[in-house]
Amino acid sequence: MSLSQAAQPAALRKTSELTERLQRALPKLVLAPSFAVILVGVYGFILFTGLLSFTDSKILPSFNLVGWDNYAKLWGFRNWITALQNLAIFGSLYILICSALGLFLAILIDQKIRIEGILRPIYLYPMALSFIVTGTAWKWFLDPGIGLEHTMHVWGWESFSFTWIKDGKMAVYCIVIAAIWQSSGFVMAMFLAGLRGIDNEIIKAAQIDGASNFNLYRRIIIPILRPAFLSVFVVLAHLAIKSYDLVIALTNGGPGRATEMPATFMYSYTFTRNEMGIGAASAVIMLMMIASVIVPYLYSELRGGRR
Amino acid sequence: MSQATPETAVRTSLLVRALIYAVLLIFAVYYLLPLFVMLVNSVKPLDEIRQGNMLALPQVFTLDPWRSAWSTAQIGVQPTGLRPYFINSVLMVIPAVAISTLLGAMNGYVLTKWRFRGDGIVFGLLLFACFIPFQIVLIPMARILGLLGLAGSTPGLVLVHVIYGLGFTTLFFRNYYDAFPTELIRAAQIDGAGFFRIFWRILLPSSGPIIVVTVIWQFTNIWNDFLFGASFADVDSQPVTIALNNLVSSSTGVKEYNVHFAGAVLAALPTLIVYIVSGRYFVRGLMAGAVKG
Amino acid sequence: MNLKKLLAGSALVTGLALFSAAAVAEESVEVLHWWTSGGEAAALNVLKQNLEKEGVTWQDMPVAGGGGEQAMTAVRARVTAGNPPTAVQMLGFDITDWAKQGVVADLNDLAAKEGWDKVVPAALQAFSKYDGKWVAAPVNVHSTNWVWANKKVFDDLGIAQPTTWDELIAALDKIKAAGLTAVAHGGQPWQEATIFDAVVMSTGGPDFYKKAFIDLDPAALNSPTMVEAFDRMAKLRSYVDDNFSGRDWNLASAMVIEGKAGVQFMGDWAKGEFLNAGKVPGQDFLCFRFPGTQGTVTFNSDQFVMFKVGDDRKAAQEKLASAIMAPAFQVAFNKVKGSVPARTDVDGSDLDACGQQGMKDLAEASEKGTLFGSMAHGHAAPAAVKVATYDVITAHFNGEMDSKTAAEELAKAVAAAQ
Repeated sequence: MSLSQAAQPAALRKTSELTERLQRALPKLVLAPSFAVILVGVYGFILFTGLLSFTDSKILPSFNLVGWDNYAKLWGFRNWITALQNLAIFGSLYILICSALGLFLAILIDQKIRIEGILRPIYLYPMALSFIVTGTAWKWFLDPGIGLEHTMHVWGWESFSFTWIKDGKMAVYCIVIAAIWQSSGFVMAMFLAGLRGIDNEIIKAAQIDGASNFNLYRRIIIPILRPAFLSVFVVLAHLAIKSYDLVIALTNGGPGRATEMPATFMYSYTFTRNEMGIGAASAVIMLMMIASVIVPYLYSELRGGRR
Repeated sequence: MSQATPETAVRTSLLVRALIYAVLLIFAVYYLLPLFVMLVNSVKPLDEIRQGNMLALPQVFTLDPWRSAWSTAQIGVQPTGLRPYFINSVLMVIPAVAISTLLGAMNGYVLTKWRFRGDGIVFGLLLFACFIPFQIVLIPMARILGLLGLAGSTPGLVLVHVIYGLGFTTLFFRNYYDAFPTELIRAAQIDGAGFFRIFWRILLPSSGPIIVVTVIWQFTNIWNDFLFGASFADVDSQPVTIALNNLVSSSTGVKEYNVHFAGAVLAALPTLIVYIVSGRYFVRGLMAGAVKG
Repeated sequence: MNLKKLLAGSALVTGLALFSAAAVAEESVEVLHWWTSGGEAAALNVLKQNLEKEGVTWQDMPVAGGGGEQAMTAVRARVTAGNPPTAVQMLGFDITDWAKQGVVADLNDLAAKEGWDKVVPAALQAFSKYDGKWVAAPVNVHSTNWVWANKKVFDDLGIAQPTTWDELIAALDKIKAAGLTAVAHGGQPWQEATIFDAVVMSTGGPDFYKKAFIDLDPAALNSPTMVEAFDRMAKLRSYVDDNFSGRDWNLASAMVIEGKAGVQFMGDWAKGEFLNAGKVPGQDFLCFRFPGTQGTVTFNSDQFVMFKVGDDRKAAQEKLASAIMAPAFQVAFNKVKGSVPARTDVDGSDLDACGQQGMKDLAEASEKGTLFGSMAHGHAAPAAVKVATYDVITAHFNGEMDSKTAAEELAKAVAAAQ
């Protein structure tokens, strides 16, 4: 390309204008690819799933609309109701115990513990492993024939009984135990980070006022941790709703269908029962549940950003 | 916040301290138990496992299960062990973590230091992506990968992991950079530093803790992923989790539990190492941003 | 014209032609399956080697998990991406479902050349063919209504091979009284459904089985006969040990092998476990049909569905199909797998006593018209119906409902799943 001499200044001016425009648009340009792929890969696919839930899709997507049929069928399934009940039991116990245990351990570890460097990775590592890896070990451990019960019998405690995993009413609690094992260390780390962020002057001031340790935590420290609680809740809630590999590895939905969860239900209808329409309907309900937890959080997060 | 110190100033008596240590150690046992079961049983011969106590130490110590799991176990019709799949996983996880972390950092930078109208909504939309159940994206994603010509390839898997990791990486960096003094950026701008220069020279060098958190998080999630690997990988790109599953869930035949456990520990080794080595920075990184409400 | 140049040019062209010929000769097939370890994978390796002798490379694509559940997800992703494997291991109605989508190959020319129509039982062809076209190559026939018994237990307690339901109960009572677990069972839905197939067949006979499970007649599903079948399931439940739930079937087989339990109701793949443990049919263990189902066979059949591939991969695909149907391979494979060949014209003298009886039963049942697809294994009705029956059978077996409710629920569940 060649420019005539006379045209050059104008061109230069133009380029610099362009550069400036580019400079101003640059941040948005940087953000654009991420935003675009998320728009397609998340929201596009959610719309697609929503559409599928109104079709008679079986093995592959079809676009034959059938109205609300899939939703009507879905709420008629005993399995789906069981799945929701299990999620309620599992979700509430899991979130409650994980938060309590995580906070408890974080407070203990925060007491100038010498071996913190050794304990912390031990508490944290379960989060690093997938249940494909730990599933067999857990299954063994919970199985009365070879696991904890058997071991106790071998060690001489003959009357020891631990058969929850074989009992339709109790099996879901086994899943809670394994799930807590996996995430409570991570929760501990989140709370520990929160505790370490607290200004020691506040604590010292309270101590001068004669507050006991218990009151110190109850009245002052735990209220300061409010943001950490919120983050923990969101992380745990979304793990609970999405819990899939855990259930597959431990019970595969059994005994019977006693430990079915929404995520396993959706997978099984979409992929093994060739009822993609019903699977999509259950996915839409799941998304609505997730949204009902996340959107309020997002709202407060965004308002916080404006402060 | 400025007065934050590593440990609390709460005072405790000696007896209480002893109790605290005891409780902490008991929980350490609880957390270690499954790993212990896997390790102990991976070095026992098979017949000892069949009759024995799963918590007992091995009477006969053998490393054969480890060798077998790594290089000779039957995975499909080929007796390759986990080794080739392990390499596939490495080839997938490194670019995926690097790209998603870098993009997350840039997004966080734009969303906090180059704010524009509607940035809050953009961030909200990115963040909600963290919470999508992955099962619903399988079929449409397969179609898109097919259209892009990336079906059944490592680049395809990398792309998928980057997309579904962006929500979290953006969240981490956005919270971290939010607390970064904007005055420094303004000063650099007045000195004539441009968009990228500020990012490379000022923000990135001070992002250590949050990079650690992000890398740990992404590395663990991507390395452990099963669903995407099983659906989008091909003969040459199957990650190690798929191979492990093929190893342990045969539909018939003798179950070689010792080989299964050895394989499981092998497959988990990289994530374990990452957690143990960088555990210290992890809490520090969380402190620095990820937990902020 | 420069001769040298011309020569060089033509040499280049020939060279290119040779090169591209070599590229064509480099044929390969990609096979997606869930036989990922142990004997099954070894059996499949025979097929791989046979093909390599013909210059076809085998690209292995194993995806384990359940009865191929994970593999079916992978197929869906591959087909949606427009990148289907050459062949996929598949069962029963899944084949028909995929054929309906118009994504499978047409093997009619090959089938006509090799005369598949004459050697494969009609009940199997119902799955291997869709709309008059061969779409899959069947590799075996499993029959599911077998009983596996520990011979020593039977001899010690003076039990003769039972041939009726009442004799079976008497035998189980004896075993239970001797302090053993009478029935070794693994509490997974498909295992319970496998037993239920045999119990329904035994209770109502072949006509009832057909009406209920193949025609899915609501009147038969919710009938007194079905209530009785559920009652019998409840009866069998009382012979099972406490730790049955979630147990893998091969661990249940191990209980019979070790003499801790008397019998296991399971398909013929259980035989492999007995053989692996060094047991001999007739001497250490017995195989006989579930009492009351003699003369009938409920089956499932592993088939390799050929997907529509580009013309360049077509020749290799046909070689694969042909290699699967080769009589020698069918015998060699089924010897390891425990099932019987899908072709009825092969020489089965290589198989053991149970295998030979299996082949004989299959040929007879095929002739008499008493060869039926197994509901539990997706050969009587599509996947949605199959799993819907699992729900009811398992719930009833675990004591969540009584037999009368179970029959009502069964009819309801089947209707809802259609």
